[in-house]
Amino acid sequence: MVEAKRRVPDAQAKLVFGGIVAYLSVLLLVPLAALVLAVVRHFGDVVEQLTSGEAFHAMGLTLVVAAICITLNGVFGIAGALVLVRQRFFGRRFLDALVDLPLALSPVMTGLAFLILFGRSGALRPVVDLLGFSVAFAWPGVLLATLFVTLPFTLREVALVLEEVGDHEEQAAATLGASAWQTFRRVTLPNIYSGLSIGTTLTLARALGEFGAVLVVGGGIANKTETATTFIHTAVEERQEPAAFGMALILAAAAIALLLFLQNRKAKV
Amino acid sequence: MNAVATKLVRTRPRVDTAPLWIRAGVTAWIALLVIAPVVSLVLKGVAAGPAAFWHAVSARGAVDALWLSTWTSLIASVVNGFMGSAIAWALVRWDVPGRRLLAALVDLPLAIPTLVAGILIIALFGPQTALGGFLHHHGFDVAFARPGIVLALLFVTLPFVVRAVEPVLAELDPAEEEAALTLGSGRWLTFRKVLLPPIFPAIAAGMVQTFARSIAEFGSLAAVSGNIPFKTLVAPVYILGQVEAGEPEAAAAVSIVLLAVALALQPFAAFLARRAGGRRG
Repeated sequence: MVEAKRRVPDAQAKLVFGGIVAYLSVLLLVPLAALVLAVVRHFGDVVEQLTSGEAFHAMGLTLVVAAICITLNGVFGIAGALVLVRQRFFGRRFLDALVDLPLALSPVMTGLAFLILFGRSGALRPVVDLLGFSVAFAWPGVLLATLFVTLPFTLREVALVLEEVGDHEEQAAATLGASAWQTFRRVTLPNIYSGLSIGTTLTLARALGEFGAVLVVGGGIANKTETATTFIHTAVEERQEPAAFGMALILAAAAIALLLFLQNRKAKV
Repeated sequence: MNAVATKLVRTRPRVDTAPLWIRAGVTAWIALLVIAPVVSLVLKGVAAGPAAFWHAVSARGAVDALWLSTWTSLIASVVNGFMGSAIAWALVRWDVPGRRLLAALVDLPLAIPTLVAGILIIALFGPQTALGGFLHHHGFDVAFARPGIVLALLFVTLPFVVRAVEPVLAELDPAEEEAALTLGSGRWLTFRKVLLPPIFPAIAAGMVQTFARSIAEFGSLAAVSGNIPFKTLVAPVYILGQVEAGEPEAAAAVSIVLLAVALALQPFAAFLARRAGGRRG
């Protein structure tokens, strides 16, 4: 009786499962296959358009900005997580909320905010003029905007681990006479390694793929502020579909590689 | 005895691994990187006075763009509410081959750049493609039209409901569902009375997150929507248009509206996430 009752829902369950697979296929897999197909079909044009100086410059800028981002986010992510998790002080909750604020902004608003801050008659314009560089429509703007949108990732992942492991081991180390630096290097750092690597991967994925903020603040100027994503945007507008599809496939492949790494790491944790 | 022990643990001094200068550095970094741009954006939007602000946000293009963003985001939230719950249930309850692939697929939109998501839809449904051409011939456009907007939103928000519901569902005892089924209640009744009540806050939290993300979505929509004023121009792309037209005040004014929506949703989302009880995945 019970056996019979369970068999009927199983058939229904299979139907639901089939529906889910179909939904995900239409949403994700078929478009991905269509992109691969488009690149394969125009492979000659893709290679030709992606081996231009402009394309290399765009990829180079994206890689450099991403590298600076994961480094700075690593340093400030660890420091920020330690401060927000381990210390209690006036204004801590406000600081904590600020870390998530970038997630509430549309990327285009981020770009606009930095443009207003550093553009003509911007509040910080005199400062950067004095220092002799520019932010609006220049690569420092691209970097700042990317730093803004990636701010929460490393910090939050490290904070999550810090909260989980607690401070018993650090206390023990301190009791046994370790200095603050020794405690950090020998105890804290190995403990937070998993969070750090997950946060860094998320930061890298976002930095490689950030579009709206860097488009607005940088202007997507060829050979100057054009990144991999703004290169795609320009290519679409100039109806150079092979270039757009080719660069999109490179970014998609990088994203999938990062995702697989992430899954692997999370499975180990 | 026990109480004393608890008290001792509580009053134990914290090990301060981060001295004061680190706190100062972190505070300065976050303040400069976050407060300065956001404050200047808000100030720019209100600098010209309330009349100019109102004029900017009540312009026909702005109202149409905000409305288009709102209803497409609502559709994405509702579809995700259903599909996301179903996918989460499948991931938790079924031990089928390919389950890990399914889990990886759900996370894919988190990694894929949002502009690339738009390009993917163009690669499949663009006017030059076989499928896009066929659908266009039958009077149905996806790319550079409203269906493309909804499709792009569904792509980029796919993980939200799934990842909100999954941990809550994983903590439920499948025995309860089975008991209900064995006692003769149908699948639908079991779902409604046994399964739905505990996971409902999580579904709602994922839906609010979907809405907040959708209303701010830019990259995929800049590529796929075609950006036809009054027809397929969503609010974030409208902001870009105002920036390019040399109207940063108007762009900032519409930005304030979007920011207000996002900040209003945040406590609501946090409340729902607390009610849901599951841990962030």
